[in-house]
Amino acid sequence: MLGKFKEFWRVVRRLSGDDAYERYLQHHAEHHQADTPLSKEAFFKQWQDEKWNGVKRCC
Amino acid sequence: MNNLLKNSIWVLIAGLGAAAVGGIALNRGESINTLWFITAALCIYAIAYRFYAAWIAATVLAVDETRATPAERLDNGRDFVPTNKWIVFGHHFAAIAGPGPLVGPTLAAQFGYLPGTLWILFGAVLGGCVQDMVTLFLSTRRDAKSLGQMARDELGALGGTAALIGTFAIMIILIAVLGLVVVNAMKHSPWATATVSATIPIAMIVGLYMRSFRPGQVLEASALGVILLLLSVMGGGWIDDNPTLRTWFDYEGLTLAWWVMAYGFAAAILPVWLLLAPRDYLSTYVKLGTITLLAVAIIMLQPTVKMPALTQFIDGTGPIFGGKLFPFVFITIACGAISGFHALIASGTTPKLLSNERDIRMIGYGGMLLESFVAIMAMMAATVLDPGVFFAINSPAGVVGKEAVDAVAKISSWGFPVTVDQMQLLASQMGEATLFARTGGAPSLAVGMASIFGSAFGESMLALWYHFAIMFEAIFILTTLDAGTRVGRFMLQDMLGNIWPKLGETSWTPSVVLTSGLVVAGWGYFLYIGVIDPNGGVNILWPLFGIANQMLAAIALCVATGILVKSGKLKYAWVTGLPLTWLVTITSTAAWEKIASDNVRIGFFSAANDLADKLAAGALPPEKAAVAPQLIFNLHLDGWITLFFVTLLWLIVFDMLRVCSRYLAGKPVLPLAESPHSPSRLVEDWVRD
Repeated sequence: MLGKFKEFWRVVRRLSGDDAYERYLQHHAEHHQADTPLSKEAFFKQWQDEKWNGVKRCC
Repeated sequence: MNNLLKNSIWVLIAGLGAAAVGGIALNRGESINTLWFITAALCIYAIAYRFYAAWIAATVLAVDETRATPAERLDNGRDFVPTNKWIVFGHHFAAIAGPGPLVGPTLAAQFGYLPGTLWILFGAVLGGCVQDMVTLFLSTRRDAKSLGQMARDELGALGGTAALIGTFAIMIILIAVLGLVVVNAMKHSPWATATVSATIPIAMIVGLYMRSFRPGQVLEASALGVILLLLSVMGGGWIDDNPTLRTWFDYEGLTLAWWVMAYGFAAAILPVWLLLAPRDYLSTYVKLGTITLLAVAIIMLQPTVKMPALTQFIDGTGPIFGGKLFPFVFITIACGAISGFHALIASGTTPKLLSNERDIRMIGYGGMLLESFVAIMAMMAATVLDPGVFFAINSPAGVVGKEAVDAVAKISSWGFPVTVDQMQLLASQMGEATLFARTGGAPSLAVGMASIFGSAFGESMLALWYHFAIMFEAIFILTTLDAGTRVGRFMLQDMLGNIWPKLGETSWTPSVVLTSGLVVAGWGYFLYIGVIDPNGGVNILWPLFGIANQMLAAIALCVATGILVKSGKLKYAWVTGLPLTWLVTITSTAAWEKIASDNVRIGFFSAANDLADKLAAGALPPEKAAVAPQLIFNLHLDGWITLFFVTLLWLIVFDMLRVCSRYLAGKPVLPLAESPHSPSRLVEDWVRD
């Protein structure tokens, strides 16, 4: 039961982008260990601006 | 044995579905329960998904689960990210489901429940879902390229340009008609206006919260926003009760239209994080929550449909919009059956997240099935109302008369009895001054939803439910409005950048202000005319939007059919070719009638001539005579726009046929732009978290 709830919460966080920074850090650790990662604030700014480029919503 | 069991389950589903559809279609004169609709829809969806979609995926498209997707090959941790299929499904569905599938079925209910329901079900499984799935597949095979880019690469410059112009045009008309829906919902309703206005500062608070106060805490900020939105629904009621405060929010349609335009302009130039992004979060949660709630309420309550299967308005005399059942039901319900706009999403963000080609069926086909189900629920919310009430809310004053007594007499004379007292009681229950001639679909949907919610979860809060429903519709209409204005601005900057490169710089303020102003002026013009039109405006704008949206769907299907033929799959080209033929037929017929019909309620030019004659003869009342020249100009303009759309459509159809016949004759054509096969390295149930 608790496992199910945790799984659901994970999906909600993933869908909403709540965990975007954690995923970024993970990606960074895997692929670009050489440079320092962005701070949470700086990352979020970039993430939000990028997400809003192009057709995002429909009728 | 196991196989036998599986087969008999599918036979059972088929039988149940056939019985439910038969029950809906053949029922005459007796009331019918909404459970039949849900059963019919679910059985048809299940069979289509299990057999047709699976066959298309395996045989026609030949999806290859060993092939690396763009998300895997181009993984950059930002926009290209291989993602769990349920997460992609969530993103995709949230992006495709807008206000369209709620408004279209409500308007089309004037023909009765049957035509719209059948079109939503069969249009989706044979057309809309196929379009979404095939476009998603083609874009996935082409590094997640956009529809316009694919049209250019596979068909030629003409196709690409047509897709670009089509997208821009549909955006302008879509925003205008949605703006009109919101304006009509807020007109002389202090409660609705106060609640809808409150959504703007609420979005800003949420934006500031997740940008500065607690950066990146999206869920916290959204939860705060949803609570504030619910409070704003109650706060609106409090304002409505206060005799001084309510006058601050009580406006004519035209004033509200100017406010909506000012808002659209501000939203297009303000930074996204302040207004657009937080508003989108809120609207997504409210939308998903409300749709789920509506489904639960309908299943719990199983209300009875009161609208007849067919009304006399199939002959083209309907009060909400003029025109016969064929082709106008197919134009009125675009989203929910087939929507060209989805092709932009299916060739935009979604393919960048797809981790395996095998999920294309579930996301492309399945996502559209769910949207179709939303349209079915909107149809039910419209048809569970007393037909008399439904027509009283949705018929414009120009058709049934300005006075309540005239309107009820006229509507009752059609065989849909309704009384002034009944409407007055309903309006006071809903916390509104009047519900007569509240065109646009939003108020009647809100009344339908409020009565369903009220019966399921407590009758005493009808007014709250009504305004909650209005807030729910307004919030994502406004999201579409800001997002659309912004996209329109980017497209315009891109086009103007070809003439003067400086204008193409998206961060150069003068260009931002100029292009945003131009886009707002574009849709603002149609919104303005829609508001001053005594026949309600929806009558003109919605068919224009439907034609534009179906034209975009036809462009997507042309690209798909062209690619199927070029891939040597001529024998399967009917999968996209048949829906394409149907779309071209209905769009051309509707456009032809809108241009050439001599019925003044259908033909743009005949309506313009009729109005001009009446104006010249002095037969118009003074307030109508004052706006007549603008209306006449606009009717001509709409006629020319329709002609332009249908010409563009035929150009691209011929271009596709040209490419196909050259290919079949063995002559050179543009090569397939498919990216080369590279094997996937992702393991079976691999999920990135």
